Amino acid sequence: MYEKDGEKYFIVDSHMHYWDATPQNWVAGQEQFAKGWIECFHAYQGLGPAETHWTLEHFEGYTEDDLMKDVFEDGYVDVAVFQPTYLKQWYTQGFNTTERNGALADKHPGKFIVNTRFDPREGDPGFKQLEENVARYGSKGLKLYTAEWFGDSRGWKLSDPEAYRYFDKCQELGIKNVHVHKGPTIWPLDKDAFDVSDVDHAATDYPELNFIVEHVGLPRIEDFCFMATQEPNVYAGLSVVIGGLMHARPKFFAKVMGELLFWVGEDKMTFGSDYGIWEPKWQIEGFVDWDYPSDEFSDYPRLNTAGKKKILGLNAAKLYGIDVPAECQLPAEAGTPAAEDDARLVDDASATV
Amino acid sequence: MTVLETAPAGRGARPGRPTVVDRVLAALDTVRDPELDEPVTVLGFVASTAVSCDGVATVHLRLPTYFCAPNFAFLMVADAFDAVSAVPGVSRAEVVLDDHFAAAEINGGVAARAGFVGSFGDQAAAELDDLRADFLRKAVLAGTDRVCRPLLTAGRTPAELAELTLGDLPAAPELDRLRARRAELGLPAGDAAPLLVDPATGAPVEPGALPLHLGRARVTRVSLEANGGVCRGMLRSRYGDVPGRGEVPDDGGTFIPLAVLTADADRETDR
Repeated sequence: MYEKDGEKYFIVDSHMHYWDATPQNWVAGQEQFAKGWIECFHAYQGLGPAETHWTLEHFEGYTEDDLMKDVFEDGYVDVAVFQPTYLKQWYTQGFNTTERNGALADKHPGKFIVNTRFDPREGDPGFKQLEENVARYGSKGLKLYTAEWFGDSRGWKLSDPEAYRYFDKCQELGIKNVHVHKGPTIWPLDKDAFDVSDVDHAATDYPELNFIVEHVGLPRIEDFCFMATQEPNVYAGLSVVIGGLMHARPKFFAKVMGELLFWVGEDKMTFGSDYGIWEPKWQIEGFVDWDYPSDEFSDYPRLNTAGKKKILGLNAAKLYGIDVPAECQLPAEAGTPAAEDDARLVDDASATV
Repeated sequence: MTVLETAPAGRGARPGRPTVVDRVLAALDTVRDPELDEPVTVLGFVASTAVSCDGVATVHLRLPTYFCAPNFAFLMVADAFDAVSAVPGVSRAEVVLDDHFAAAEINGGVAARAGFVGSFGDQAAAELDDLRADFLRKAVLAGTDRVCRPLLTAGRTPAELAELTLGDLPAAPELDRLRARRAELGLPAGDAAPLLVDPATGAPVEPGALPLHLGRARVTRVSLEANGGVCRGMLRSRYGDVPGRGEVPDDGGTFIPLAVLTADADRETDR
């Protein structure tokens, strides 16, 4: 929980990681990609305040203790949602797997929600693994990374028939929330890899699932915004938006926030720190203090304390069925977070994590 | 290689007759990041330029990340190769993309004039013309916002804008840029062409569609400029404060409020 000026903010970090990118986890012959990947992530950290930067060595392999301190002790987070990123073509044990996240979650009951993933190119064995992960970790959510390499393939789309088989299975297994990440390489390479139209199709065809588009489709914010206005089950994941713009590019951050508030609205935006890229502490403190920097932004929708509470935790708490202490809930007149009539919420609203 | 000339960093005055390196840099000014619609020079993507005694121009390009999209990277390297090859005094161009996962395919493919499919084989299904056109349509939308904002701020209504032709507008670099992008797409770009057109068809925008059209233009511009901001930040994280050849720091962009988009009704009432 974060408290400022007498206001109490329940914090759900809906997008964070526990990875192992140390050189001993690099696949032989793939070292340049494993190294290139983590160095790219590390450069993103450079967009945060200088005093929060880590050495590359620390960044490659931060520890369990580092994570617990940065996220929960110093970082105000009440519940964190682990989002896996496998990348097994480059990292021997995977970059950040459900198992690795789940092992940490087991040691700290109530702190984490363990999302899992699928890759439609894995076929039937992947089906079995998805079932096992849901049974083992109680996953209610997925992280899908469409730019992952798999053999000679350089990516996939949510609208692929094989992906739809998996979405059918997800519904059967009780999965509700699908976090989507677009990355830069996808087959075929001549297409726009960041194109979000496949999310649009899947969101239309699976109205019972919620699609949280992480980093709001960056670098396709405009396409994401049009889609989100048409699809009631599409959400804006603010990972990278706050971490990457709020400090480094405050004016662009204000514009992007203004556009998201205009097109998508505060009921459908969720905070994610993207830890270990950025620590949550400065992001939460800065976001609670944030306002448009000048009058020239005066026609974008305002964001008040209630809206910030929704974005920082209450919206994600609704999506995942997390109990929120009474002192952090909104007064009745502030409206309900996460557009309850639209959202397909986790069935058991009293579920604890 | 004996280096005859190398370009200075930044965009300082270069008095006197333009040298071959000056002309190479000017040629690179015409090469754009297809996604961001900004010159590769201005963005800081040109790491170095040199011309040898026998006229071989060597250009090194750098990008914000190791995993920048290979198709965008290919377009920039290929366009740079074509632009530099055409410079008088250049006998041969060598354009080298540094520090990128697909650098070998891209550099080799461009040098061999193999095209995108020839460079990437089974990983690519077609050349990049459609991709380039998609980005041009976005550039037209963003450019529409850049041209229209000052008019809206000055009190012109969206309905009034819809009546304007390109020839009605005062000359300005942003207008030239918009015309050039429209012409590149095959959209009407002459003085008699409407200011507001659908970037996919070139048809004038209907009155009922004006608020959405102008809203899309604005969010597209915000998206392009915010992405440019992220790219510049990443480039700085990656290469420190070593400026690219011809790099121009950005100012964070200017902003003009949305109120003017939806102000028609209010203004009617005021009257």
